[in-house]
Amino acid sequence: MAVYKRTYRRYDGPLTPQWSRFLVLTRYSLYTLFDSRPFTAFVVLSAIPLLLSGVLIYLSHSPMARTLLQLPGPIIKIDPKFFRQVLLNQGWLAFLMTAWAGPGLVAPDLANQALPLYLSRPFSRAEYVLGKMGVLFLLLSAITWLPVLLLFGLQAGLEAGWFKENYWIMGSIFLAGMLWISVISLLSLAISAWVRWRMVASAFLFGIFFVGAAFANMINGILNTSWGHLLNLGHLIFGVIWPKLFRVAVDAAGANPHARRPHLPPGMVALAPLPIPLWQACMVVVVACAVCLLLLNRRLRAREVVRG
Amino acid sequence: MLPIIEFDGLTVSLGGREILHGLSGALRGKAIGLLGPNGAGKSTFINTLLGFHKPSKGTVRVHGRDVCNEAMAVRRTIGYMPENEAFIAGMSGVRFVRYMAELAGLPPEEALERTHEAFFYVGLGEARYRKLGTYSLGMKQLAKLAQAIAHGPNLLLLDEPTNGLDPPARLRMLQLIREIRDTPGMNLVLSSHLLHDVEECCDEVLILNDGCIAALCNLEEERKANRKFLELETTGDENAFAEAAERMGCECALFSRGRMKIVLPHEIELRQIYQLASEKGVQIRRMNHRRDSLEDIFLRAMEEPMTARSAQAR
Repeated sequence: MAVYKRTYRRYDGPLTPQWSRFLVLTRYSLYTLFDSRPFTAFVVLSAIPLLLSGVLIYLSHSPMARTLLQLPGPIIKIDPKFFRQVLLNQGWLAFLMTAWAGPGLVAPDLANQALPLYLSRPFSRAEYVLGKMGVLFLLLSAITWLPVLLLFGLQAGLEAGWFKENYWIMGSIFLAGMLWISVISLLSLAISAWVRWRMVASAFLFGIFFVGAAFANMINGILNTSWGHLLNLGHLIFGVIWPKLFRVAVDAAGANPHARRPHLPPGMVALAPLPIPLWQACMVVVVACAVCLLLLNRRLRAREVVRG
Repeated sequence: MLPIIEFDGLTVSLGGREILHGLSGALRGKAIGLLGPNGAGKSTFINTLLGFHKPSKGTVRVHGRDVCNEAMAVRRTIGYMPENEAFIAGMSGVRFVRYMAELAGLPPEEALERTHEAFFYVGLGEARYRKLGTYSLGMKQLAKLAQAIAHGPNLLLLDEPTNGLDPPARLRMLQLIREIRDTPGMNLVLSSHLLHDVEECCDEVLILNDGCIAALCNLEEERKANRKFLELETTGDENAFAEAAERMGCECALFSRGRMKIVLPHEIELRQIYQLASEKGVQIRRMNHRRDSLEDIFLRAMEEPMTARSAQAR
C-alpha cells in the first residue's frame, strides 16, 4: 500500500488550462452514465441501424454480393434523401438517449446542493453548462452526424465521381445533426434544472415534442392554417429546416394536410395554407434555445435567493 | 502586511432586502472566526467572499484581489467547506474528492495523489472507496473538509465545520483545523455558532449582528488587555461595599440576593477587595475570579453597536 503524507500541504504545482476545465465535468459525467449497463447496451444498439445502412450502401455498389444474396438490381438509391432518412432515424434514437441521460445531468447536483462545490472553484456557470452539454454533444454526435458522415465517406469511396457532385451533403449532415443535438440538449438540461424527478423530466421532454405536435395539429385543423406548426419543434426541424439543408422536397413540407378538403362543393377551391417559411422556423428554434438558456441561467446559481 | 480579507462599505442585498449594511474592515489573522446569531449575515459574508453574491455597494478583496473583478483568481486560492450536505450523487469518496480537485485545476494524477493524502489526513483513509451515501454525518463532514483541502488552497473557508459531530469527532475536527492553521502561508475563516470552537482555533474574530459589524478584534490582544472579573456572592451591606469599590476605581454591577460582578482595574489587587469587605462588614460567601472570555466579548458586542475598539482593530 502506498504511504501518503499525513500533513497538510499547499499545492504549487502546474494547473490544467482554464479552457479545458469543463471537459473534467464531461468526462466524469460520461463515466457515471456508462456505469449503467442498460445505457451502454442502448448506445451499442443504436449503432445497428447505421450498420444496416452501411450494408445497404455496400450492396447497392456490389453486384457480386447482390447475386450471392439473390437480390435484383440496385436495392436503394443513395442520394441526399437517403442520408436525410438515416440521420432522421438516428435523430429519434438520439432523442431517446437524451430523454434517458439528460434528466440525470443537472437535477442530482441541485438536489444534493453540489453547485456551491463547483462554483467555489475557478469554474463558472457557463463552463458548468458547457460541461454538461458536452456529455450530450459527445454521446449524440457519436450516434448521429459522425457515423452518417462515415457512411457518406463509404458511399464516396464506392462510387467514383459521386463525391464531386454531392460533397455539400457533408455540411448538411453536420449542420442538421448539430441543430437537432443543440435543441434537444438544451431542452433536456433546462428541464433537468427545473424538474427534480427523472421520470417526470423525461416525460416532460416527450411532452414538448409529442403534445406540442398534437396541439399544433389541433390548431391547424380548427383554424385551417399551418401556423400551428410553430408549436411543433419536431416538425420545424425535420419538416422545414432539414429538407432545405438536404435540398429535398418533402410532400407539402410545412403545409397542413388536414386543410385539403375533398368534401368541398364543386367549384370551390380549398386554399392550402402556405408552408412555414424557413426563417420563421429558424426563429422559433432560436427562441426555444434562448428560453432554455434563460431557464438554466435562472436556476443554476450557487445560492438560491428567496425574494420577498 | 497585506490583509487577508479587506472590505470597504460592503453592502449586499438579496431578494430586495439589504443583508450586509456597509461593512468596512480588514482581517489579518491566521485564523479568523466569524461569529453572530442566526440571520446576522455570516453565510452571506462567506458567499460574497466566494463571489456567489455580488455586493450592491462597496468592495471586498481577498489577498488583495477584488472578488468581483478577479473572481477566478480569488477562487483559485480558496477551499470551501459548505455548511450543509453538498455532494455529487452516487460517487465514492475518493472519486468525489478527485473530481473536485481536478475541477480546481489539478492534473488528474496529482489530483488522485492529493485525494488519497487528504483522505488519510482527515482520517478517512480506510473509507475512501466507499460510496458517499453510506458515510455517517461525521464522515461526511470530514469528506467535505477533504474536498476543501485537496487542491491545496491558501485560504480555507469553513462554514460550521463541527455541525452535527459527536464530541470525539468534534475534537478531531478542531485539531485538524488547528493543524491546517499552523501551516505556513495558510489562513482560514471559521464560521461557527459555537464560541468555544472559535476560541480554540482563531486569533481574530469578526462578530456580525443584523448585518453590521458588532465587533472586530484580535483575540490574543483582547485576552491580554482584558480586565479581570470577580463574581461575588455576599451578605451584608452590599450597596455600601459596591460604592466603596467604585470609589477605588472598580466597576460594579449588583444583582439580586447579594450577587455582584466587579471589574478590577489592573492596579487593584484582590487583597484590597478582601480588606474593603472587612471594613464594610460584608461577608464574601463565594468568589469566582476570571478573565474576559470570548463569550463576554460576544455578549458585549451583541449589546452595543460597533465601538471604537473595532475601528481600532482596523
